[in-house]
Amino acid sequence: MLVTIRDLWLEGRSDETWNPIINGVDLDLKKGEVLGLIGESGAGKSTLGLAAMGYCRDGVRISKGSVSFDGIDLLTASAAVKRGLLGKRIAYVAQSAAASFNPAHKIIEQHIEAPTQHGIMSRADSEQDGMALYQKLRLPDPDNIGFRYPHQVSGGQLQRAMTAMAMSCRPDLIIFDEPTTALDVTTQIEVLAAIREIVEEYNTAAIYITHDLAVVAQMADRIKVLLKGDEVETADTRTMLSAPTQEYTKSLWAVRSFERPLKAPVVAGAVPVVAVKGVDAAYGKVPVLHDVSFDIHEGRTVAVVGESGSGKSTTARCITGLLPPKAGEISFGGEVMPADYRKRTKDQLRQVQMIYQMADTALNPRVTVGNIISRPVQFYSGLTGGALRKRVDELMEQIELPAADYYNRLPSELSGGQKQRIGIARALAAEPKFIICDEVTSALDQLVAEGILRLLARLQDELSLSYMFITHDLATVRAIADEVVVMKDGRVVEQGPKHDMFTPPHHAYTDLLLSSVPEMDPDWLTNLLADRGVDNIGDAAVDKM
Amino acid sequence: MDNVLSIILQRLALGLLTLLIVSVVIFTAVNLLPGDFAESILGQGATPEAVKSIREDLGLDQGPVTRYLSWLSGMLTGDLGTSFAQLMFQTNMGGAGDVTVVDQIAPRLSNTLFLAGVTAMIAVPIAVTLGVLAALYRNTVFDRAANVMTLSSISSPEFFMAYILILVLAVLNPILPSLSNIYDGMSFSERLEKTLLPALTLTLVVTAHMMRMTRAAIINLLASPYIEMARLKGMSPMRVIVKHALPNALAPIINVIALNLAYLVTGVVVVEVVFVYPGIGQLFVDSVKIRDIPVVQACCLIFAAAYILLNLTADVLSILSNPRLRHPK
Amino acid sequence: MIFESFIGNLATLLIGIAVLGYVFRAVGQRVTQNAPFFRDMPYGVAFGYVLGLVILIWLVWGFMQSRSEDPMIANKFFFLGIAIQGFIGFAIAAWLFRLLGRAVGTAGSKKLFRSMPLTASFGILVIIIYIFLAVFAGAIAPYGQEEILQGVAANIAAGGDPALGGHPDFPLGTDQIGRDIMSRLIYGAQNTVGIAFVTTVLAFLLGGTFGFLAATLGGWLDQVLSRAVDVLMAIPSLIFALLLMTIASVWSATLGIPLTIFMIVIIAVIDSTRVYRLARAVGQNIVVMDYIEAAKLRGEGLGYLMFREILPNATAPLLAEFGLRFCFVFLTIASLSFLGVGIQPPLADWGTMVRDLAGFINYAGFAPTASITPLLAAGAIALLTVAVNFVVDWMLHKSSGLKE
Repeated sequence: MLVTIRDLWLEGRSDETWNPIINGVDLDLKKGEVLGLIGESGAGKSTLGLAAMGYCRDGVRISKGSVSFDGIDLLTASAAVKRGLLGKRIAYVAQSAAASFNPAHKIIEQHIEAPTQHGIMSRADSEQDGMALYQKLRLPDPDNIGFRYPHQVSGGQLQRAMTAMAMSCRPDLIIFDEPTTALDVTTQIEVLAAIREIVEEYNTAAIYITHDLAVVAQMADRIKVLLKGDEVETADTRTMLSAPTQEYTKSLWAVRSFERPLKAPVVAGAVPVVAVKGVDAAYGKVPVLHDVSFDIHEGRTVAVVGESGSGKSTTARCITGLLPPKAGEISFGGEVMPADYRKRTKDQLRQVQMIYQMADTALNPRVTVGNIISRPVQFYSGLTGGALRKRVDELMEQIELPAADYYNRLPSELSGGQKQRIGIARALAAEPKFIICDEVTSALDQLVAEGILRLLARLQDELSLSYMFITHDLATVRAIADEVVVMKDGRVVEQGPKHDMFTPPHHAYTDLLLSSVPEMDPDWLTNLLADRGVDNIGDAAVDKM
Repeated sequence: MDNVLSIILQRLALGLLTLLIVSVVIFTAVNLLPGDFAESILGQGATPEAVKSIREDLGLDQGPVTRYLSWLSGMLTGDLGTSFAQLMFQTNMGGAGDVTVVDQIAPRLSNTLFLAGVTAMIAVPIAVTLGVLAALYRNTVFDRAANVMTLSSISSPEFFMAYILILVLAVLNPILPSLSNIYDGMSFSERLEKTLLPALTLTLVVTAHMMRMTRAAIINLLASPYIEMARLKGMSPMRVIVKHALPNALAPIINVIALNLAYLVTGVVVVEVVFVYPGIGQLFVDSVKIRDIPVVQACCLIFAAAYILLNLTADVLSILSNPRLRHPK
Repeated sequence: MIFESFIGNLATLLIGIAVLGYVFRAVGQRVTQNAPFFRDMPYGVAFGYVLGLVILIWLVWGFMQSRSEDPMIANKFFFLGIAIQGFIGFAIAAWLFRLLGRAVGTAGSKKLFRSMPLTASFGILVIIIYIFLAVFAGAIAPYGQEEILQGVAANIAAGGDPALGGHPDFPLGTDQIGRDIMSRLIYGAQNTVGIAFVTTVLAFLLGGTFGFLAATLGGWLDQVLSRAVDVLMAIPSLIFALLLMTIASVWSATLGIPLTIFMIVIIAVIDSTRVYRLARAVGQNIVVMDYIEAAKLRGEGLGYLMFREILPNATAPLLAEFGLRFCFVFLTIASLSFLGVGIQPPLADWGTMVRDLAGFINYAGFAPTASITPLLAAGAIALLTVAVNFVVDWMLHKSSGLKE
């Protein structure tokens, strides 16, 4: 056994008291094995990963248990002994490479630090080795990229450079802490491919921490599922995917199966609820949108997909009137709306509502739930007193949060999913026809996200609402969309009904986007690489377009 | 590099512009005085000659713009005008010698710079070292004690610190002189000894500020993921500090130093008065009391210029030490 | 020469401590057989322990000296003795006060006191005492602040000992024109603190209003205000205040308005620039929140946005800033008064008192009680600012969410 953790208890300090983070978890890792550690936010997976290195962040302590690495007890070892292991035999790859590289030094300087300081290689050898690793990880211009500063290199490349840095001493164990979470799907795939290849080549053991099941399915030999600091179950990857034994694991797997039935096609000649026609927009002098057009019909959901910087959210800002377009028009029920929201009438404002990505910033932390919902009701309908309260109770009933329990709470007393529900109620309070949902599920755990999607679907059927659903997650698109608009660099690349979009032939970019989304099949990455070739994925492929 | 140069030139231009506007503000403020202010300044007892002389000196018969321009060009060429007090003295006593504001300010300015220099030499190394230590050993007894002491020192008025030091180091244990009677031709060590007590007073106040800001900057830095990364690479604590924290801490620390030296500019005024130190601060306060407008204006402009210059230096140095700006994409 | 030998002694002492630190760690490692505490102890920490111990021993020794039979030695350590007594006294008072706070009051206030550090409870206690003194100064002070006592000598020394020029009726003595110093100290709480408070409130009304307006509206208003504030902040505040006070002194004589009123307005305006900066920054952080966007898209007016959405979220940082600004204003006014251009006589004021009584400090060698009055006035200023700063420090620490 390379790593043995027995009955490990970890605690974190908040407000002068110690709260449990990990409650008596065992973990075993053989040489050369990759263990996937999955769980929702707050499951304690990162803390456990770091504890496997014998390291605790400030405000975290180990209260009980043992951690041993290759026969060395990490919890009683002296600081010097631990320093001798870290970097040399145990390495770490962090979530944000941009923040984890020191901005003051060149990449190669940071790469050679561990080998030279641990006395493994000379400076020159280590530099040569670094370049060889960059070559293996398919970084562009491997002989020179190391001589750049971290801010001069893109996120996906930095993440691979950090993997190379972790490899610099050929460690026995690498902890990967959500290394691809911050990346776009097309970038994520090339980082995944690179990590997997190099870990296999050097037969390095790894603990791969992530919340994404499909990703872990590609990377891990074995999977351990955590829930609120407790282990739910552990099994090898194929068994875990095909036959989970615990209810919690099953429910995690089931999230991916939610899909709405197809709707009848739109009646030809029907007036769309919202029509975006030839919209160009710019922030100052920087053009962001070019000739964007699409329609949204009553009772339907149009998913706008694309990677960061593709102009999805800017399109939403144009529709709401926060960013008046330079050209083109937005019409609502056939009637052209003023471009600036300040020039719109109260009724026009009422018709377009918005639900935000970050429920934390979308709700005023100083206002109670009841007041958050009653303000728009009162503002638009003029209801007061008992009638107002009745309407608010009704709305809270619709979002499945009974007013009796939640009316007087502050947002800080709610969970993420509950906050998002309040955001939905606030939008419904205006009795709109059309709601823009801006990445509403991307900050939520999968189970909670599914609940929100089901709620939105039900509300759409009951109230025949139209949604514009901005997302980068194609699983969400598959679950809820009726039509899909694909955007890239401020242009609409392709659009059409969902069914058509998910069936080939696609536009080249749509195809890349679709094929880059990891699937729950453990062979998916292998097949894809065999299918497309390593040079036709990720940024390399985007650059060819 | 061109990028950095253009940013720095921009800052310099902005600094100059600010100074120009500040000079307008100072000039205008004085021109807000009611009525014929030569008379109101000098009061009832003024001789007609003195009033007339001041009027001529200020060019009260000209328009404000002309007056401002001539004042400004005077400032630029080193002609700061003639002090009212000196004018009164001359007209009353029959005018021996012609003492201009420049003659009054120049020696005092050099005294003040000496005081500020001594303070900085003591305060900067101590403050930065203690600040870094407090950050490294945060939440220990040392850090908490340092926190309480620096907060107390910041909270105390300068004159309180000054009198405590006088009490301890001059009255109870006669180690240093409590009055700083500095004159020309003093030996350096004698001069240093006389300057030490005011310098120590300023040190106490400035060190506290500087140390707290250094501590905050370093703690902020130590929380960065790249510091954690360095630790997880098995680097020694010393190397983490020297190689990973320090290069990035340079900009905030330089900023802290410059800001606190700028703070010294105000600090000297009170301390000079307590120790009767013949610097520009004391001259300024004396002139304020006797409403000696030309001197007040000149001192004010000098203080503002020093302040702007130090802030500008902080700005430029932190731009220079930012790798993102030094090595653009 | 005294100075050189002093430096020499200091250096010897530090070298001694450095050696002791090394010995301390080595012995610790030997005795405890390399327990992790000593094994992983950096040398600097060992040095710190020894230094702390030496200072502690010196303090105890100094305290014993202040109780010495020999008046020469006792006089020399008189102030150290008082400082130690005061420190311990205040610490106990703060501790008791915290116990009281944990026992009485609402559930919320009890919870607040439970997590409160001693420094903060000390701060709150001192602030309460000052408020009490300020409000009831008229009832507490034995004499009026402007009252020149008939038939009482001027310049009676503090301490009440006739042998040292004191008078039992006037424990803190009288000033140059025969006013009771203790009464003036008590009235000082009313005048100095009251004026500083009014000034700070004024500065907040000005700076806060404009800052929030700039943050909410943006555009040219923001540009104009911010550039103006930049220029005003380029002049050091005490210097600017002194310049404006010069001009105000002429106006005050012409218009017959007390100079103190001018001072309040001048300092409030100068200080409002700092408040403006903060209010604008805080406002801007709030304005970019999605709930503000939601309110704007709903069609809410400026008033609703400012008072219902922004202000409630800005109170915590603004309250902390109010404490800091108050300290700053308070110190500025004290400095101006000390320099002779601040609060004008006959109002009793601490800054002015320090300047007037400073000469007594030279008696410290032989009659320490007589020299205590200027330090009391200066200490009264320091104590309040220290107290406010402690409370603000705690508030900032709490609201920053630092779980240290």
